[in-house]
Amino acid sequence: MSAQPEPLLELRGLVKRFGALVVTDGLSLSVAPGELHALIGPNGAGKSCLIAQVTGELTPDEGEVRLRGERINALSVPQRARRGLARAYQVPRLFGSLSAIENASVAEMARAGSGSRLWHAASDDRDLAIASLSALQRVGLGDIDNRVAAQLSHGEKRLLELAMGFAADPALLLLDEPLAGLGLADSAAMVELLRSLKGRYGILLVEHDVEAVFSLADRVSVLVGGRLIASGTPDEIKADANVRSAYLGEGGA
Amino acid sequence: MPQRAGMPTQTRIILGVLLLAALIVPLLGQPYYTKLVSRMAIYAIAALSLDLLVGYAGLVSFGHAAFFGIGVYCAGLLPMVGIDQAWIIVPAAIACAALYGLFSGAVSLRASGLYFIFITLAFAEMMFYVAQGLRMFGGDDGFRLPRPTQLMAGLSLGNPVVLAYTMLVTLVIAIYVARRITGSHFGRVVIAARDNETKLRAIGLSPYPYRLTLYVIASALCAVAGVGFANLVEYASPASMSWVVSGEMLFMVILGSAATVIGPVLGAVVFVGLETVLSSLTEHWLFWLGLILVLRVLLLRHGLYGLLSGRGQR
Repeated sequence: MSAQPEPLLELRGLVKRFGALVVTDGLSLSVAPGELHALIGPNGAGKSCLIAQVTGELTPDEGEVRLRGERINALSVPQRARRGLARAYQVPRLFGSLSAIENASVAEMARAGSGSRLWHAASDDRDLAIASLSALQRVGLGDIDNRVAAQLSHGEKRLLELAMGFAADPALLLLDEPLAGLGLADSAAMVELLRSLKGRYGILLVEHDVEAVFSLADRVSVLVGGRLIASGTPDEIKADANVRSAYLGEGGA
Repeated sequence: MPQRAGMPTQTRIILGVLLLAALIVPLLGQPYYTKLVSRMAIYAIAALSLDLLVGYAGLVSFGHAAFFGIGVYCAGLLPMVGIDQAWIIVPAAIACAALYGLFSGAVSLRASGLYFIFITLAFAEMMFYVAQGLRMFGGDDGFRLPRPTQLMAGLSLGNPVVLAYTMLVTLVIAIYVARRITGSHFGRVVIAARDNETKLRAIGLSPYPYRLTLYVIASALCAVAGVGFANLVEYASPASMSWVVSGEMLFMVILGSAATVIGPVLGAVVFVGLETVLSSLTEHWLFWLGLILVLRVLLLRHGLYGLLSGRGQR
């Protein structure tokens, strides 16, 4: 692995099998603080399964998941989230009946530990409202704070999910195809937003849009059949013959 | 699904009229109607407590009558050892129901969906058979209340007028408590868990402790209604915790509209009213009641509450 002294996220020799099917095959990779590490690969390469093993939704059969040097294999999903993992799903997951700002507020409550307050009206909590609104404003959703999440457009849902990630004050963002299903304008805006996050958070980005990946990433890893076949800077990956044949295809890059 | 905004004026007026009617009726000196008011208020409290689970948390409990029955038996059994004061009986009922809620909730909340429905039913049936097995207390038949519950200053819940006003006051308090809880930080987390459990975990909160807390609160609240019910019918029997009663409570919640606090109150009032009217007209009243529920589901998107607040016909 690279010579980073203390990676934010480190995966060592991760193996995950479903019966005879090996979806993650001895995989090691790391994300340094502030680094945007992109993971690309064809459909079925095991990208989403890998994310799920980082978040704790899946338990690896072998290997280690380390966050800031601490082994977190045995921690539950909520425990890992509280240690600084924030995830955006391929299909945004939101609290559909709550408004945009209320969605953000739940993430803020998780961070502040105020979710157990039984008696005080959440709508009267000024600190909560300010923190939630500022999370929305960071993704440009400050003006739709009172709309119900289920009625937002696909792009707005994506952004709201990111806002919820920020509200939780994470160290590492796990973004699963944040550009999928977005129109051209939304997509361009999302790329700019992601660019603005670089350096502030460690980001593990799974994305099919190769052009966006090469323009954003500090490092790119290519996953095929549960194994990394290459890992390096965007330029190294573009030049890699293995990658060209396995994934990028003849006209790639 | 939830109606979180403040109540429309229209709804406030109708509720005000209902409450006013309920306050006037006991003054008319007609015990039959006075008891009808008590009955409506008692079921309203029970339905409201169930709505906390069904509506806000999305937890369809089919065993809520167990907690109603715990209240009934506390009001029935404690006088046998000389305790008939409300200030002991009500906290005792709340404590017993909360304990059983903590225990049964801790187990049933490990399951979800259909399994949750059946585990809650099983826990209620367990209580039912325990009550049935109490041979010295009439077993299956139950027993007459030895003495009605006594409020302070010589007021007895055995007096229909006192009971009616006590239950109305209790209902108003219950509505207030339910609105506070559902509007709190805690309430918002409970709704979030209903909407998307996976997401709630992913942002760092485990739904389980929130749901269990709510389950205990709903259990305790329902037991208070049970104490009132024992005084209304002056009787304690296993029938008060049968699955039929659990089903009726669900009926009221759905009739009125879940996740609204007020909806289930209306549902209970209309249910008890219909039951009274229909059963005096025909012995097949259950058929008509069933038909009405089918029509509500088909025609009224937001239940009776939606009808009153002028929103959402289907």
